[in-house]
Amino acid sequence: MKEIRIIICAKEIPDPEAPLSDVSVDAERMEVIVDAPQVISPFDENALEAALRIKEDTEARITVLSLGKKVSDTVLRKSLAAGADELILLQDDAFEKLDSHSIASALADAIRKIGEYDLILTGRQAGDWDSGQVGMILGEILGLPCINLAREIKVEDGNVLVKKNIPGGYEQVRARMPALVTVSNEVGELRYISRTKMLKMLRGAASIPSWRGEDFVSGREELQKMGIVELSSPPDMRRDCEFLDGATPDEKAEKLAAVFKALR
Amino acid sequence: MSDVLILGEVKEGSLDMRTLELLGAGKKLAGDLGVDLSVVLMGDSISGAAGEAASYGPDRVYKLEHPLLKGFKADLWLKSLEQACKEINPKIFLMSHSFIGMELGPRLACRLNTRLTTDCIDLSIDPEDGLLLRTKPVSGGNAISVFKCPGEPQLATVRGKVFEPVEAVEGKGEIVDIVPEIDESMVKVESLEIVKEEVIALDKADVVVAGGSGLGEEDGFEILQGLSRALSKSFGSVMIGCSRVAVDKGWISSDHQVGLTGSMISPDIYVAVGISGAIQHLVGMIHSKKIIAINTDPNCNMFKVADYGVVEDYEKVIPVLIEKLEEL
Repeated sequence: MKEIRIIICAKEIPDPEAPLSDVSVDAERMEVIVDAPQVISPFDENALEAALRIKEDTEARITVLSLGKKVSDTVLRKSLAAGADELILLQDDAFEKLDSHSIASALADAIRKIGEYDLILTGRQAGDWDSGQVGMILGEILGLPCINLAREIKVEDGNVLVKKNIPGGYEQVRARMPALVTVSNEVGELRYISRTKMLKMLRGAASIPSWRGEDFVSGREELQKMGIVELSSPPDMRRDCEFLDGATPDEKAEKLAAVFKALR
Repeated sequence: MSDVLILGEVKEGSLDMRTLELLGAGKKLAGDLGVDLSVVLMGDSISGAAGEAASYGPDRVYKLEHPLLKGFKADLWLKSLEQACKEINPKIFLMSHSFIGMELGPRLACRLNTRLTTDCIDLSIDPEDGLLLRTKPVSGGNAISVFKCPGEPQLATVRGKVFEPVEAVEGKGEIVDIVPEIDESMVKVESLEIVKEEVIALDKADVVVAGGSGLGEEDGFEILQGLSRALSKSFGSVMIGCSRVAVDKGWISSDHQVGLTGSMISPDIYVAVGISGAIQHLVGMIHSKKIIAINTDPNCNMFKVADYGVVEDYEKVIPVLIEKLEEL
């Protein structure tokens, strides 16, 4: 059987699980400042995991694309350590703060340049802007069957078989490949990567290809910025926490039981 | 036409609550712009729902009825909606941020060459240029952003339970039929089976006992089940919730997930066990009346939003707590 070619679109973002105290809003520059390490957006990691599981059953080649103004290969190399075959960085100053349609359109150009593919996977939404649009728009631009919010993905006889989330359960759907699927977290977290593997990949001599806009984007002048007109902090969520202290767990449990009693 | 148009969703023959909220949001915008408000409905048998929609006072209800529109088939719904938008030519088009809106919104925006803002919590008209201002939480909820985009229709999906639902009024809107130009050959994604699962309605719980990665293992949820049983003797409906990470790890199914991409709930009491409190989780439970956190890390986010905190290993404190609760 012929090798399945899978493309994953993965975005590098500041750790969305950062403590609240490390996040602030610069209203003037209209930017969210996060003092935390960069990571692969969580749902994109789920997408990579879905691809790796397909690769366990079928001969497959996984290419990871990451687009941004500047993309750190040290962050994205994690995808190679996890089992992806190839990583291509798409970097250009023109890619800063693009709207979803423009990102999808640039990714579509990159995918056309790659040429052959059977399955494109993206996370359901990125953890920085939570827009949840790029995957579906990308599928539209490339004229592919689109499947949103997958919880399980299999390939069989040139088809992709997906369990997609619907309210109250799931729908088993099937589409002819090539197809685009967005991935939800039910797929499962990205597999464990041993420290040795990670270090080996980080120190690896393999140079990571990096394409600039002029290498692949067809309509650079059509790229649009997202139209942010205002950015502000959300209402304060903090409450005064009363800590239930005690010398032993039993004492704390007793105090907690008293709290429940009072709330009854 | 330069209507404000909303996509209504029909559940078991009648309009769902989100549609009434969209009508509320749309009515205000149409009023501000001095234009008509219309509703578009799709399905295989929606005469009843169309009549119901008309009773909420929109100027028009566009009815797209077709046997192939039974159930949500994205390819056919999208094609029909694209056709309707081209015929109606609305200035603004709003959808619910439901699984339908999440899928149709971006694809429709692409086909109509316009821009969409998803999961909006406020919408208004910029008096300067008459364009739609779309307010949306970003960065998981760490910031609130207002967007303004070119292109028509101006598209937004709207978060549930944010806008006031509209009330029925006297006088009925006109019902206009649009015949969807669709056929089977347009289906690219074939539906093989719909599997209903026993799903817990977290938003109906009085108390939610939720666990996260701090549980350390799947079995941790058994301890939470024990607490849930003990609490249910005094508190009515007690259900188990969880963080996204617990689902990712395969410890529990996603209908228990609380947060931005799970349920948004506000129970009387929310007990967060081993949940550090990523912003994406907090936005889903922050409106709980009382929040109790159990965690070994005194500096975690969850304690910053909690009313009561216990810094302790949950495996040591919960079994004793269950015993004490039995004595209540």
